[in-house]
Amino acid sequence: MSSTNNYILGVYDDEDEVLHAVSEVKSKGIKIEEVYTPFPIHGLDTALGHARTRLPIAAFMFGCLGLVCAQALINYTMVFDWPMIIGGKDFFALPDWIPITFEGTVLFTAFGLVTTFCISNDLYPGKKPEILDIRITDDRFVMAINVDKNKKSAADIKKALKDSGAVEVNVK
Amino acid sequence: MAGHSHFSPANVEEHFEFSSEGKKRIIYGFIAGIVALIIGIYLLSKGESGGHEVAAAGHEAAKAGHEAANTGHEAAGHLSGGAASHQPAAEEHYDWTNRIWANVWLNAVFFTGISVIGMFFVSLQYLAKAGWSSVLKRVPEAFPKFLYVTLPILLAVFFFKGDVIFHWMHHGVTEVGSENYDKIIAGKSGYLNKTFFIARLIGFGAIWLILWNMLRKKSLEEDLVGGTEIFTKLVRIGVAFIVIFGLSSSMFAWDWVMSIDTHWFSTMFGWYMFSSWHVTGLAIITLTVLLLKDKGYMAYVNENHLHDLGKFMFAFSIFWSYVWFSQFLLIYYANFPEETIYFLERWEGHNKIYKTSEILNILFNFFFPFLVLMTRDAKRTRIFLKIACFFIISGHYIDFYQMIMPGVLGPHGGYGLVEFGMLTAFSCAFIYVISDELTKASLVAKNHPFLPEALHHDI
Repeated sequence: MSSTNNYILGVYDDEDEVLHAVSEVKSKGIKIEEVYTPFPIHGLDTALGHARTRLPIAAFMFGCLGLVCAQALINYTMVFDWPMIIGGKDFFALPDWIPITFEGTVLFTAFGLVTTFCISNDLYPGKKPEILDIRITDDRFVMAINVDKNKKSAADIKKALKDSGAVEVNVK
Repeated sequence: MAGHSHFSPANVEEHFEFSSEGKKRIIYGFIAGIVALIIGIYLLSKGESGGHEVAAAGHEAAKAGHEAANTGHEAAGHLSGGAASHQPAAEEHYDWTNRIWANVWLNAVFFTGISVIGMFFVSLQYLAKAGWSSVLKRVPEAFPKFLYVTLPILLAVFFFKGDVIFHWMHHGVTEVGSENYDKIIAGKSGYLNKTFFIARLIGFGAIWLILWNMLRKKSLEEDLVGGTEIFTKLVRIGVAFIVIFGLSSSMFAWDWVMSIDTHWFSTMFGWYMFSSWHVTGLAIITLTVLLLKDKGYMAYVNENHLHDLGKFMFAFSIFWSYVWFSQFLLIYYANFPEETIYFLERWEGHNKIYKTSEILNILFNFFFPFLVLMTRDAKRTRIFLKIACFFIISGHYIDFYQMIMPGVLGPHGGYGLVEFGMLTAFSCAFIYVISDELTKASLVAKNHPFLPEALHHDI
């Protein structure tokens, strides 16, 4: 991503402006790669046309896996491998196991979800941050456009960004 | 984007019109309920001959239950004659009209809960200074009006037929030397006595209504005056109500429901009943908003607000399940006979007549809402919300049925025209009173300081 001169960056100083700019730039047939902001902006995902995350589906799957694993563990230890009578209940004492099953489900969901999130976002320990413009961590909003993925010329894109209210247009 | 359209309060004021046709339909529904009730009562009075088979079978089951309980009692020693003795007492006093009073009590408690949750919901939103709910707050705000119907009914039933509902009101249970003398109940008589019960009912009921009237008045004043001063006053009323409700909801749970099984007690019962009331109230609020939207009102309530209501229902269905299960697990695990009798009665006792309801209770109140409302899309789609509302409302009716009927009626309970008629009559009365109250104010609190935030609500 770094210094390939493929990216044109429109820098904005207001969240409302960047939100309007997204629709304006898109209406000119320019494909926006991503918009970087210091804080979440309501409606930006919709404006960019991003598909909704599929993380909830992953969460459900991990939850089911956790449920099965917790049940398998308790069944193996308490019924199959070494049956034990606790409190005069059956070996298969389902109500007793609900808290553990619940905890197992939550544990698997939480860890599975965080892991999935990190993998899908290409995050891992020791990863070097790819920051297109350091000011996106402070008070600037940056719209990144990949020139190679657009049919329009770099000059046209720059003009569109300027017209939409960008305070600066950089190439990186 | 819709969120950017400029909104001026003038074009949003909207009044619900309670058409004469709608009124007629609800009155017909009410009459149908009363007719079903009367037929049910007639069949019940006749059914003494026809119903004997069931009753006899019930007796046998009760006996079997006694045996099971008695084996436990040997271990319990001094507690013998404790928990299980409730059943013979109930049978001695049994009269076929008891079922009618039990039904009145059940519905009055259920609808009191729904009504007061309207106030609780609004107070909670003020306490949290929540913005999103200001578009729909007029709906729950109208609910407590029905307390004017249910609280007098509760008071009247308690006053005239209290001994039908409550074991602790039976003659002589607290008098030393009486043949009905019951040491355990006598020990509780400092709290469970007629005067104190009525004092609590009237006292807290009056505070509820006073606070609601204050809130309602201020809220309507805000529509005319505007500004933020009234908002801060409303926050204070909300906070006061939450404090009062925290105390009174628990006490009413002990009074109105838990004391039916006088020997039995659960430290989780206040929470349990509150959670049941709360989730039902949330479902009714959601359903009311959806039905108003179907009629073309409240166009400004969009799927984002519905999503929040859906999340509320989802979360509090799980909360109810958590409380229900915690109560069950502790009793199941500790296995004290005087505690397990509660679940034994509902599961295996009384010829298993309550077993189906107990299973439906868990299915309707946990599994169905959990699965139906799990995805984001379901919480934003009206039909799924309606399905969830249906399960939650009917499920929690069953929940209250399970709390009240086995203790009051024992083996004589059941689902019949009496239950159906009574529920229909109460529901129609509730719909009528609430619809009427909704007409008295704009459907949107147009000067609520958070209204612009709510109109831009986006999740």
